[in-house]
Amino acid sequence: MEPCLEIRCLSAVLPNERRVLRSVSLAVQPGEVRALVGESGAGKTMIGKAVLGVLPKSVRIVEGEMLIEGEDLGRLDAKARRTLIGARTALIPQDPLTALNPSRRIGPQMTDRLVRILGWSGEKADKRIRQLLDEVQIREPERVLKCYPHELSGGMRQRVLIAAAFAAEPRLIVADEPTTALDVTVQKQILRLIAQLQRDHGTAILFVTHDLGVVAKISQKVSVLYAGKVVEEAQTADLFASPQHPYTRALIAATPRYTDPYASLKPVDETVLAGLADEIAAADRAWRPSHG
Amino acid sequence: MDEARISRRGLSPRLWLAGGWLLLALLAAIFAPLIATQDPLAQDLMLERLPPFWLDGAEPGYWLGTDSLGRDLLSRLIFGGRIAFIVAFAAASAACLIGSALGLIAGYFGGWADRIISRVVDVWMAFPPVLFAILLVAVLGTGLSSVIIAIAVIDWTRFCRVIRAEAMSQARMDYVESARIAGYGRTGIMLREVLPNVLPSVVALLSLEMGIAVIVEAILSFVNLSISTDDPTWGGIIAEGRLSIHQAWWVLVFPLATLILTVLSFSQFGEGLKTRFDPVLR
Ligand SMILES: Nc1ncnc2c1ncn2[C@@H]1O[C@H](COP(=O)(O)OP(=O)(O)OP(=O)(O)O)[C@@H](O)[C@H]1O
Ligand SMILES: [Mg+2]
Repeated sequence: MEPCLEIRCLSAVLPNERRVLRSVSLAVQPGEVRALVGESGAGKTMIGKAVLGVLPKSVRIVEGEMLIEGEDLGRLDAKARRTLIGARTALIPQDPLTALNPSRRIGPQMTDRLVRILGWSGEKADKRIRQLLDEVQIREPERVLKCYPHELSGGMRQRVLIAAAFAAEPRLIVADEPTTALDVTVQKQILRLIAQLQRDHGTAILFVTHDLGVVAKISQKVSVLYAGKVVEEAQTADLFASPQHPYTRALIAATPRYTDPYASLKPVDETVLAGLADEIAAADRAWRPSHG
Repeated sequence: MDEARISRRGLSPRLWLAGGWLLLALLAAIFAPLIATQDPLAQDLMLERLPPFWLDGAEPGYWLGTDSLGRDLLSRLIFGGRIAFIVAFAAASAACLIGSALGLIAGYFGGWADRIISRVVDVWMAFPPVLFAILLVAVLGTGLSSVIIAIAVIDWTRFCRVIRAEAMSQARMDYVESARIAGYGRTGIMLREVLPNVLPSVVALLSLEMGIAVIVEAILSFVNLSISTDDPTWGGIIAEGRLSIHQAWWVLVFPLATLILTVLSFSQFGEGLKTRFDPVLR
């Protein structure tokens, strides 16, 4: 089966030629959730932005390919790329406050995209949005549609954004730490909601998180990222059963368990980090940027 | 929460006091020929330096007294308001349009556009504004349109700087990125997503700028560089009042008070509007 998203050997550099992505390869099959896990600064967001075509200006892709449903983004001109990304992908962002336009009401903000970009009729878009609001269990859609973003709670805003992401039936959703900015109690509900809609709509998700507990709950496959390099990838169940890479083992060991939440909060071992540093250095030495 | 909302939305005293005064002054200016009790230009040496109505020796119909040529002060203030408001609206709108457009482009697009526009603004702001205005009017020649052009040419930078900074911070917001991902074009995002969010600042600045335009016009009139005709202007009246301050203080005090009140009202009105229309502050 053709992957919904395929990233092949993607490297990106900062203006000082430091690599932020180191020959990243990963694939997300249709209807599957792939978790992308790693500590802060590992480059998880960078990968998501690269796929969605919104990398910061300072970050330059120097090698690799990205394919959405078999279409190579690199071969398309800017306009065709935008259209493809707009039609087949969506983002569930980390911060539900800044991801909504503060000066527009929720309703027009949500329907606008369907009408203007996808050419739906206003009526059809409106119906669709209401259906999605129902799916994300918003009980007073009338009121919510008339609200400005700041009039809603964080959890409500994230529900709205989830509804908006699924509304246009994208094939792939990038979810960048969609629960990090929320209260712990709300986090679980939102996570369950995303899983529910993912199953109902059969959407593939690249799920960015730094929380292995979330990985275990939501994903079928997982890639472990360290310093912009995929150090291990596996079926989620296998990763927890038999982690191969020392870093993965250390991460799993560092994840607090419900039975004993305090005892296991240990930092990643020094020797593991030293080994990682060697690995990264070796990879950089072996790397010949194709641009010369 | 509802109470706080009502007091902000409905009864903000700042908004209503400032707006009230501006409306009064504006209506008086528009209907000047109907309201003014006297011809603002009519001189009458028999009536020179009449005091305002509550002092001994006042004449009915000359409510705020007369100047040293016997012209009615209130009528002159009302007619002077016409020029003040025309300059305020025209000059501030022009400055606002140029400055906000450039600021929006610089802030949203960044890169080359930003570098060029910001450089120009820096150079522009190196000139002392009042001197710049006097110089410009001297070059353009006196007259209403020269004054308006001069103010717009000098003060667009105020809009440009503020709106650039705001557009820049909005452009970094995730909702702009989401719009990009959805497939909106850049210009569309700038106008539909970013512009509404900087609009409250534009409105506040516009109102403030109207006040500034009134002052600049007054300064130019004061140094006799504004309107070449005999039309009364607030700055002109102040200049005349200064000469007779010891004999007729009212000729200086009333136009000054009018000027200050108007300028203050413009800035307060702008701030009030901003608070009211800003979706987050509201
Ligand atoms: N706009 C930018 N310009 C240059 N470098 C950046 C920029 N944003 C992030 N970086 C760098 O890129 C690297 C990867 O950042 P990224 O945001 O992808 O990390 P992350 O894995 O998403 O971390 P977090 O869990 O904190 O979100 C970091 O080293 C960061 O310093
Ligand atoms: Mg991130």
